[in-house]
Amino acid sequence: MTGATRKALLDPLFNNNPITLQILGICSALAVTTTLAASLVMCLALTVVLVLSSGAISLIRNHIPTNIRIIVQMTIVASLVIVVDQFLKAYAYQISKQLSVFVGLIITNCIVLGRAEAFAMSNPVRLSMLDGLGNAIGYSLILVIVGALRELLGAGSLLGYQLLPLVTEGGWFHPVGIMLLPPSAFFIIGLLIWALRTWKTEQIEKPEYQIHQVHRTEVL
Amino acid sequence: MRKPPAVSTWRNRLLGRWRAVLALPNNSTLKTMLVALAVCLVCSVVVSAAAVLLKPLQDDNRSLDRKRNILEVAGLYQAGQDVNLLFGQVEPKMVELASGEFVDDGVIDPAAYDPLRAARDPAQSTEVRPDRDFANIGRRERYATVYLVRRDDRLQHLILPVRGLGLYSTLYGFLALEADATTVFGFSVYEHGETPGLGGEVDNPKWRAQWRGKAVYDENGALRIEVIKGAVADDSPSARHQVDGLSGATLTSRGVSNMLRFWLGDDGFGPLLNKLRSTGEKA
Repeated sequence: MTGATRKALLDPLFNNNPITLQILGICSALAVTTTLAASLVMCLALTVVLVLSSGAISLIRNHIPTNIRIIVQMTIVASLVIVVDQFLKAYAYQISKQLSVFVGLIITNCIVLGRAEAFAMSNPVRLSMLDGLGNAIGYSLILVIVGALRELLGAGSLLGYQLLPLVTEGGWFHPVGIMLLPPSAFFIIGLLIWALRTWKTEQIEKPEYQIHQVHRTEVL
Repeated sequence: MRKPPAVSTWRNRLLGRWRAVLALPNNSTLKTMLVALAVCLVCSVVVSAAAVLLKPLQDDNRSLDRKRNILEVAGLYQAGQDVNLLFGQVEPKMVELASGEFVDDGVIDPAAYDPLRAARDPAQSTEVRPDRDFANIGRRERYATVYLVRRDDRLQHLILPVRGLGLYSTLYGFLALEADATTVFGFSVYEHGETPGLGGEVDNPKWRAQWRGKAVYDENGALRIEVIKGAVADDSPSARHQVDGLSGATLTSRGVSNMLRFWLGDDGFGPLLNKLRSTGEKA
């Protein structure tokens, strides 16, 4: 693997993760992570869309007029999303009902348009697809962690298999109700960002301004 | 020397044109138009191809999902079992809505009848009077398909298809009644486009579980069932007709109430239910 390939594929995992560093794609990360299965299908859908859209946009990048480039990108992304949605409705109907609008909302997922505009517009096809794949995996990594934690703590199960016996069914595990609600994903993602920035301190942002110290004399 | 075949020059000319277009400056009006056109053409072909090719599979899924919902609402669904096999316990039956009479399968075949298509066809439907169109459906089909579940030759559950406008979308669902045609056995919505987490909670199993045992009519035969705003007070005299509202989804909850008010009323299955209540099942 050459340096550029490795960078395109592996950088988005930890060093430049779309969710934890760029804070993109949060909406779907909150909405679809109640169960691990839904998270996995969402990750798969986003991966397909991101890889193919990066590839397609990169393929015609030298001929896209700059004044309509965003519209061209959106058209390509939207078409791919519709195709993926159609496939889900045909082959994974129950999950697609569960994901409802969120597959369609991949169109507005900032990660997809972000990679198209920032990378695919100025890089060759293979590298763009790898960059798309890398970012999709970076996104998936966070979604799978959040989805697994939420399902395990919220319902005591993983992929529908009961791992922790629930109190209601004679076991010992009290499910944590908030885990099934979207705010819990905020907490988990926040903790993940904290953990990641403790490990990779270069990701810590400089404070944008100093909190003003109030002196006694000013109050008086 | 042989002359090169005519096709080749034709092809060369086309290739030349293609190269000329590609060589145009990207921001020229002509190229902008051509690129936009080409992208739209390719994308629309891809999208329509996917939609057309996958439609049979999607339709199968949709019909399986409908059947699964009918089974669920009738308490017959068992996870892991073949839905089509289980569906053998359910008997589809045609009803003329205005008279409440069952129609023989020989006259209209329930398997081939599509109530939603019938509702759009002026020859097979009637317009609902706007002041009585609580469910906002516009037109109502003349014949509807209901589903009967029998045990030992006696009617056990009657499953009625219902639909009506929520906040953003039409809700499609089933209401299962006990054989007395008064007590609710189950309620489910299998298709809707409401906001996930708010109105979308109409398909939440916990909320659906509340419906069991609710009484549709009071002692005087008045239609009372409704989804109220907030939680039902246990000591309220109307508690047996009421279901908790969905929090944050007042309009969807109201939509469910209105849809049942329509479909259980005189313009919906009212005549059929009256008949069942007064005479017992004859079908």
